[in-house]
Amino acid sequence: MLIINAQNIGYTWPKSDTPALDIAGFQIEHGRALFLRGASGSGKSTLLGLLAGTLIVQSGSLQILDTELASLSPRNRDRFRANHIGIVFQKFNLIPFLTVEGNLRLAARFSEKPPRKIREKSEHLLAALNLDSAILQRRADRLSVGQQQRVAIARALINDPELLLADEPTSALDTDTRDTFMSLLMSIRDVSNCTMIFASHDRSLAKYFDIEIELSKLNRAQAEEASLV
Amino acid sequence: MFEVAWSSLWSRRGSVLLTAASLTISMIIVIGVEHVRAQAESSFVRTVSEVDLLVGARTSQINLLLYSVFRIGNATNNIRWQSYEDISARPDVSWSIPLSLGDSHRSYRVLGTNSQYFEYFRYGDAEELRFAEGEPFSHVLHAVLGSEVANSLGYDLRQEIVLSHGIGNTSFVNHENLPFIVSGILAPTGTPVDRTIHVSLQGIEAIHLGWQNGVQVAALGLEREDPRLAELQPNQITAMLVGLETPMAVFGLQRAINNYPLEPLTAILPAVALGELWQIIGTLEGLLSIISILVLTASLLGLSTMLLSSLRERSRELALYRAVGARPFFILWIIELEALSLTVISIGMSYLIVAVGFAITQSWLSENFALVIEVWPSTPRIWLYMGGAIVASAVISLIPASVAYSRSLGHVL
Repeated sequence: MLIINAQNIGYTWPKSDTPALDIAGFQIEHGRALFLRGASGSGKSTLLGLLAGTLIVQSGSLQILDTELASLSPRNRDRFRANHIGIVFQKFNLIPFLTVEGNLRLAARFSEKPPRKIREKSEHLLAALNLDSAILQRRADRLSVGQQQRVAIARALINDPELLLADEPTSALDTDTRDTFMSLLMSIRDVSNCTMIFASHDRSLAKYFDIEIELSKLNRAQAEEASLV
Repeated sequence: MFEVAWSSLWSRRGSVLLTAASLTISMIIVIGVEHVRAQAESSFVRTVSEVDLLVGARTSQINLLLYSVFRIGNATNNIRWQSYEDISARPDVSWSIPLSLGDSHRSYRVLGTNSQYFEYFRYGDAEELRFAEGEPFSHVLHAVLGSEVANSLGYDLRQEIVLSHGIGNTSFVNHENLPFIVSGILAPTGTPVDRTIHVSLQGIEAIHLGWQNGVQVAALGLEREDPRLAELQPNQITAMLVGLETPMAVFGLQRAINNYPLEPLTAILPAVALGELWQIIGTLEGLLSIISILVLTASLLGLSTMLLSSLRERSRELALYRAVGARPFFILWIIELEALSLTVISIGMSYLIVAVGFAITQSWLSENFALVIEVWPSTPRIWLYMGGAIVASAVISLIPASVAYSRSLGHVL
């Protein structure tokens, strides 16, 4: 089963003459963990925006879970994101003034999955991420960055998404916490059985993944630009 | 969603509390001004009823109204008892009430009158005076208290009271030789009657026997049961209230009194004078209402500014809502909800503060400004202003809300 199936997708930012992204084909099967390597400016955040449904392809076809994102109404695209996609950012992943529990509940309220077992699910996720469940009552901005990033994984997985997008989630961490973070992330992904796209410029992280893709080779728009230079 | 809006406000409590304070203060002004206006108007209109003419010495109609009805200020001059009798005897006149002012008891005005007062005086919606306890005076040295006098001085029936010459809190000249005894206490009316001590005209004469120009020149040694007391005749009174057989006769009688040959008199139509007085005050109140609404608008704009300037520091927060699947409308609502909860809380606070404020100043206002103010503001216009403030805050905060909305439409991750 294909989680992502992209054909000839293109995107040009408003007020820009050159396309930011032009990809001939891009498919990912269910259950894979993909390392998407690319420096900033390689079209990485454009691709992640398209996958998350906050950007819409201007040409070609992008299907996630056999759903053509561009054909969904804005409202349904937001709902689709809540139901099927979890996102972990580089930093500032949590609403600072809410507790950890508040952040997890907030993520759960936009999905159509029944909220009954959020508490149980939260504790389960936190335990798998080596976090004490007492942390639920703490405000997000009182946590260390490492803790925040781990809570961000729990937040991203609270709705049992099929697709997990991670955008440089380790760049704010030091080496030790990064390794812990990576091994926790990989093991919780194995358990939750979701497909993951992990975008980073850091080659040393590639060892954790089954597949590695160099974005600049995939992205024809950037390849042209690169060859010009 | 409330939880999010609340926590968000709380996390910025510094600027939020200042904004709430500014909103509260402006709503205090709006509610306070409107409450005083409504209360003043109703207590004005309620003061006298069914009186066709008010007669006093030659003066302006507003002045006459102020000192005779509202007991504010002093009469410039008195009218002779003879004039009272002449006017009362005219065929058109159905009843008349003499009013004699000038003495006080612990800063409450003393009104000399006769039994007609309790029979014919009307206030509010043509309501009669009712006795809470006791009965009208049957002895020269009996007194009937207004409800507030009895309440605030803690007087009961058969209490002995000494009147002071002149008005004011600390008169050095007391009519100690002839104390009065409380024979009745009136039920509350919400008019100056509540703050008045009523005695008979003979009582007023009795305590002034032997006095000239405010100084006791001779001690007459009158006793309480002296038979001479009942035979006393008043020489002059301050004003009189007149009720007519037919309302048609009012202008004829007014002209006749204004041209009274024996002394200069003024007869006014209380309703007309009340209207004129209210117009003067009403203009001021209208101006105050406009100012208070402008102040409120400024505060609401301040609320909007606060929210708008917070958007920059919140851009990450707003992006996160979108990332977890919130629609752009959710973000618009978060901002609106924050504005509305602040406004509603501020309105609630200001309402309570106004009520507490008037509860504290109630008696002071009534003593010094003849304003009888209820504690809880409840006129339709106050509800309208409150509702209007909520609607206005919703509308004005559409500015920051729509900015946040349009920012969150695009790519925010």
